[in-house]
Amino acid sequence: MKNFDSIFAAYLVGWAVYFVFYLSIGKRAAALTGEIERLKNSVGRGK
Amino acid sequence: MSKRAILGLLTLCLVVASAYASFYVAPLERTMGPIQKIFYFHAASAWAGMTAFMVCFVANLLYVWRRQVKWDWLGVSCAEVGLVFTTVVLITGPIWAKPVWGIWWTWDWRLTSTFVMWLLYVSFLLLRTLVEEPDRRALFSALFGIFAFLDVPLVYFSIRWWRTQHPQPVVLGGTGSGLEPTMRKVFFFTVLAMHALMALLIAERYLLEKLRGGVDELKREAEAQ
Repeated sequence: MKNFDSIFAAYLVGWAVYFVFYLSIGKRAAALTGEIERLKNSVGRGK
Repeated sequence: MSKRAILGLLTLCLVVASAYASFYVAPLERTMGPIQKIFYFHAASAWAGMTAFMVCFVANLLYVWRRQVKWDWLGVSCAEVGLVFTTVVLITGPIWAKPVWGIWWTWDWRLTSTFVMWLLYVSFLLLRTLVEEPDRRALFSALFGIFAFLDVPLVYFSIRWWRTQHPQPVVLGGTGSGLEPTMRKVFFFTVLAMHALMALLIAERYLLEKLRGGVDELKREAEAQ
């Protein structure tokens, strides 16, 4: 197929951007959930 | 299976089906040949990105009017997702341009206004990191978001108002423009799939912002003790 490299690169890089973004949301959510647990414990101890 | 997982799976099916349709259902374009297949992914991503910015604009207006934190969460979620879609547009565009135009990039109205739009929404997200106090941060970013949106119609109309290296509109372009009927159907199917992906990413990003709101609240509670 003519220009196969360009087509492959466009689709690969494009989908990689969406996938990495989706993973980054999951990673950030996990970090925030951990922080919420930590803060809940410290607020609970302070009461 | 949770509702989120089902929606995610449906979106994945739509996206895979649209990619299949782009390669195996849509006919080969006569002048450009197979490289034109990038069009379905590139243009559909651009439409989805601009829709995200439009929702961001509405959320920003609603925040300024109502001062409800949910509109701030929606605004930042849409700005980030719109930025991701525009990033894909700015990557796939030059990859398509090089074999067709012989150059990666040119500073014509469409390309420049799209790049400016990308920079404006990067600034929108950076601005949020500079303000600590949540209410001030929400108000400043809503006002900046309203300003940033001014560039979005310019991106859309640039190929209608000025002569550009970028092709003139082939969809909703008026007389003398248009796509072959099967290409048109495949294009709108891809637009639907990319909008489903956009909605899914915004929903996930919104939940993240909601978590961040919970962290801010707990931090305030901890500081008050």
